[in-house]
Amino acid sequence: MSLSITVNGDPRPIEPGQSVWTFLEGLELDPKKVAVERNLEIVSKSLFKDVILADGDQLEIVHFIGGG
Amino acid sequence: MAPSDTHNDTTKDTWQLAGESYSSRLIVGTGKYKDFGETAAAVAASGAEIVTVAVRRVNVSDPNQPMLVDYLDPKKITYLPNTAGCFDAASAVRTLRLAREAGGWDLVKLEVLGDQKTLYPNMLETFEAAEVLIKEGFKVMVYCSDDPIAAAKLEDMGCVAIMPLGAPIGSGLGIQNPVQIRLMIEQAKVPVLVDAGVGTASDASVAMELGCDGVLMNTAIAEAKDPVKMALAMKLGVESGRLAYLAGRMPKKKYADPSSPLAGLI
Repeated sequence: MSLSITVNGDPRPIEPGQSVWTFLEGLELDPKKVAVERNLEIVSKSLFKDVILADGDQLEIVHFIGGG
Repeated sequence: MAPSDTHNDTTKDTWQLAGESYSSRLIVGTGKYKDFGETAAAVAASGAEIVTVAVRRVNVSDPNQPMLVDYLDPKKITYLPNTAGCFDAASAVRTLRLAREAGGWDLVKLEVLGDQKTLYPNMLETFEAAEVLIKEGFKVMVYCSDDPIAAAKLEDMGCVAIMPLGAPIGSGLGIQNPVQIRLMIEQAKVPVLVDAGVGTASDASVAMELGCDGVLMNTAIAEAKDPVKMALAMKLGVESGRLAYLAGRMPKKKYADPSSPLAGLI
């Protein structure tokens, strides 16, 4: 049974038991180049492999872009 | 002094920001360029050692889009994350917490905007955000109004640089408030940088001649017809204004004063 989480505002089904790290890799994102907020709390990069995503999680995945 | 010696003196003229020493007094934004290649070329031409960057959502549906970090190496150039687009303290703080996690840097640019039309800073929200960020160990460079009293308060709170606007963001109107900027420079013990309002190289010189420690700009370079050329012009404008400030300008006089001696006149 898959879980449903929200990623950058959009709903997304995921397989259960995924860590933040494996989820980012599944999206083909380099975990070193992004920051992740889960339910309004920062997920430290050192915990990407330990934090397991749960049903209903709200994720924000951000990076640096050009800006003034 | 030979011209080459003068040049060497300029390169030794460093400034201190949050315990780090920098040679370039020009900080450039990385927005509004046509592509990352042009961004990188303009930054290189500007000689900037610090660039501002924004924090935004990753495009999850197209993760292989080029990324800024692939064009500007954060190990070689200081990334200064900003809070552009934030209109309240809470979202500015949230953005910079994410920025610190993304990059691992404490040095940030706080800007909390008041309204879309003027992009003037909302100082109440700015104070609130600065307080939280400083408590959390951030080194805060703060975009602020040109009010010397507000600036002194921000400095007391522990901001590492005071960055008043010279004119509205993106307007290119030049330094509209030399009196206020000078007052802010005179009283400050931390660097004061004009952030926003510069339109062309002479504007950057004006800011530096007032005694600013540096100038921050984005649109004036990015929206020039030839951004790379304008980046070099801005570098020279900043250096020239700085040199003029250090040299000490002649006093202004009401009437003419001949440059050739009158003695020996036939």
